[in-house]
Amino acid sequence: MLKGWKSIEPYLLVTPQTLVFLLFLVFPIATIFVVSFWEFTGYSMTPAFTLDNYITIFRSPVSLATYLNTFKFVGLVWFFTLIIAFPVSYFLAFHITSLRWQIILFLICTIPFWTSNIIRMISWIPFLGREGLLNKLLITLQITQQPLDIFLFSNFAVVLAMVHLYTLFMIVPIFNSMMRIDRDLIAAARDAGASGFQVLKEVIVPLTIPGIAIGSIFIVTLVMGEFVTVRLMSGGQAASVGSLIRNQIGSLQYPLAAANAVVLLVITLAIIMGILRLVDIRKEL
Amino acid sequence: MAQFTRRQLLRTGLAAGALVTATQCTRNQAPVGTPNNPATGPTVNTNQIKDVTLRFIGTGVSQINEIKQKAEEDLGFKLEMRALSTEENNQIAITQPGQYDVFDGEYFSLPLVVPSGNLQAIDVSRITDFDKIVPIFTTGELTSGAKVNTSQGTKPSKVMFLTDQNSTEFATEPTGWATLIPFQYNADTLGYRPDLVGRQIESWGELFNEEFRGKTSILDIPSIGIMDAAMVAEALGLMTFQDKGNMTRAELDQITAILMEQKRAGQFRAFWKTFDESVNLMASGEVVLQSMWSPGVTAVKSQGIQCVYAPLREGYRGWGGGIGFSKSLSGIELDAAYEYINWMLDGWVGAFLGRQGYYSAIPENAKKYMSQAEWDFWYEGKAASEDMIDPFGKKLESKDAVRDGGSFEQRMSDVVVWNSVMDEQPYLVQKWNEFVAA
Repeated sequence: MLKGWKSIEPYLLVTPQTLVFLLFLVFPIATIFVVSFWEFTGYSMTPAFTLDNYITIFRSPVSLATYLNTFKFVGLVWFFTLIIAFPVSYFLAFHITSLRWQIILFLICTIPFWTSNIIRMISWIPFLGREGLLNKLLITLQITQQPLDIFLFSNFAVVLAMVHLYTLFMIVPIFNSMMRIDRDLIAAARDAGASGFQVLKEVIVPLTIPGIAIGSIFIVTLVMGEFVTVRLMSGGQAASVGSLIRNQIGSLQYPLAAANAVVLLVITLAIIMGILRLVDIRKEL
Repeated sequence: MAQFTRRQLLRTGLAAGALVTATQCTRNQAPVGTPNNPATGPTVNTNQIKDVTLRFIGTGVSQINEIKQKAEEDLGFKLEMRALSTEENNQIAITQPGQYDVFDGEYFSLPLVVPSGNLQAIDVSRITDFDKIVPIFTTGELTSGAKVNTSQGTKPSKVMFLTDQNSTEFATEPTGWATLIPFQYNADTLGYRPDLVGRQIESWGELFNEEFRGKTSILDIPSIGIMDAAMVAEALGLMTFQDKGNMTRAELDQITAILMEQKRAGQFRAFWKTFDESVNLMASGEVVLQSMWSPGVTAVKSQGIQCVYAPLREGYRGWGGGIGFSKSLSGIELDAAYEYINWMLDGWVGAFLGRQGYYSAIPENAKKYMSQAEWDFWYEGKAASEDMIDPFGKKLESKDAVRDGGSFEQRMSDVVVWNSVMDEQPYLVQKWNEFVAA
């Protein structure tokens, strides 16, 4: 009797999580997948099996342009978050020796996250606008005579806002990786005559790569699905795959939106698989 | 549509089950309480109607708490309002009929919503003042020779009536069965900042004028934005349309090509989707000329910034909103909904909305609740004899101001096109996406 109990115990333990997982992840994604093959009749959708939605996506020059634009945002945001996050983490991990100060400074990094995404985004608008602080400053310093339009409602504004929103997602895993580096390794490298730059290049960067990979996964998944920032900061003038899907849902074209969501999911997963093949992040977990 | 019921069931479990049972029961009772039988009216027990809660979804009255409070006070039953965007409103109306009793939406939504069969026809014989409703909605004519009589697009009168009580076909002539009962409508046009533009704007064509490069904006809702774009293209002689309200694929290709060309040249500063975005763009000076909604202009003015709602020589783009009934509404709830409509048309709502610049379905009723000064300013196009205050207590116009575009008749007669849902709607959305992505 007891033996029987022992053998089902692990299954029972795993049941709640499996149910949650099935209900809130597998089931919705399966539904989206199924709907992506349905037909759209102008105002409603009907169950069917048609590849039309996918054909529309792959044939349309808009999808290609939109995906390229989204990749551009991903690339730029990834690049800038990385070049900001790496020195910040490096400073926190290696230059601050007291644990207490590390914690305090790390918390300061998170302060922007105490307000909502939308507020953080909107707060850029009065700063970057034609009559905004930045333009006023440039005019006062006589760097420019006319206010510059490119700061707001442009790709620049979109990337700026996303970098602002997502840098912490890069800092946390990189900082975490750096904190795990055995300090004896650095001492050994120095004893062997390595310069500061060599230590960075030969010891710290290679050991931080898993953290960079995890951060990159966060950035890729967040930016690939973005539509609010893109809409607000570009003044509706730039498109991302997320905003394309949102427009299609808005006009009730659920099957087409579902097909787009499936394509987006596949592409995002492919990128993540690519990252995982390059870097073994398991040792970090 | 079956999948939604299923999902609903999963999500709300027993509650949804109970709801389905309830609607099934009431549906069986339907023949007894049909609107055709006026005898059911007087037998209504007043205590019973107090227990009724009508669930609204909508873009119009549903957005305004003051109207809900006044209605509950006057009618004695409860209203539950869900303020939604046009898109969400249509989605729920079409896909989740069990979620609402009263649909408060716009006429151009009807070609999408009515085929779903989720709205029930409204018996016009139960609407006390139905014959007083502005004829724009019923016969489609205002005064003889007015431009609005031959206006294009989803003109309210084209989708106002159904051929029969259980039909989902629009009638070409007035019948006894209405889709929506109107309560507000207006004539939309371009708004501009006279201080930054420096001259009068008199044509839609100015939106593409190089003089305003990088300082204009257009509405990013396909069904509305495309109409503004068509007005501009036509005004500039860039292209002609057989029917702007029902463009062909070739016409859609051509108009989006024109839009994309303008976008690439940097004509637009931004696109806006919500009312407050349009107000912020204008008030901050990012944009000096853009397609706008009437209360947006008044909101800019109330910040002390000059803004003109330009009467343009080509005419206005019109829109109208009304309320309709969910298919599942029956019995005492249906009676309550008819009572609400009669209350809505009685004038208090019309006056309330009139003070924001909207027109009432029955202006003569709204007049009863407006001061002479308010009526003269908003409807007659006369100079304000005192400061104009909106229903929320904010000053909109100073004494001696005149409403842009003039009187009700001048403005509404000049509507040449309405917000539209076209036969090629999915193609329009596809092309619009192309424009946004360009």
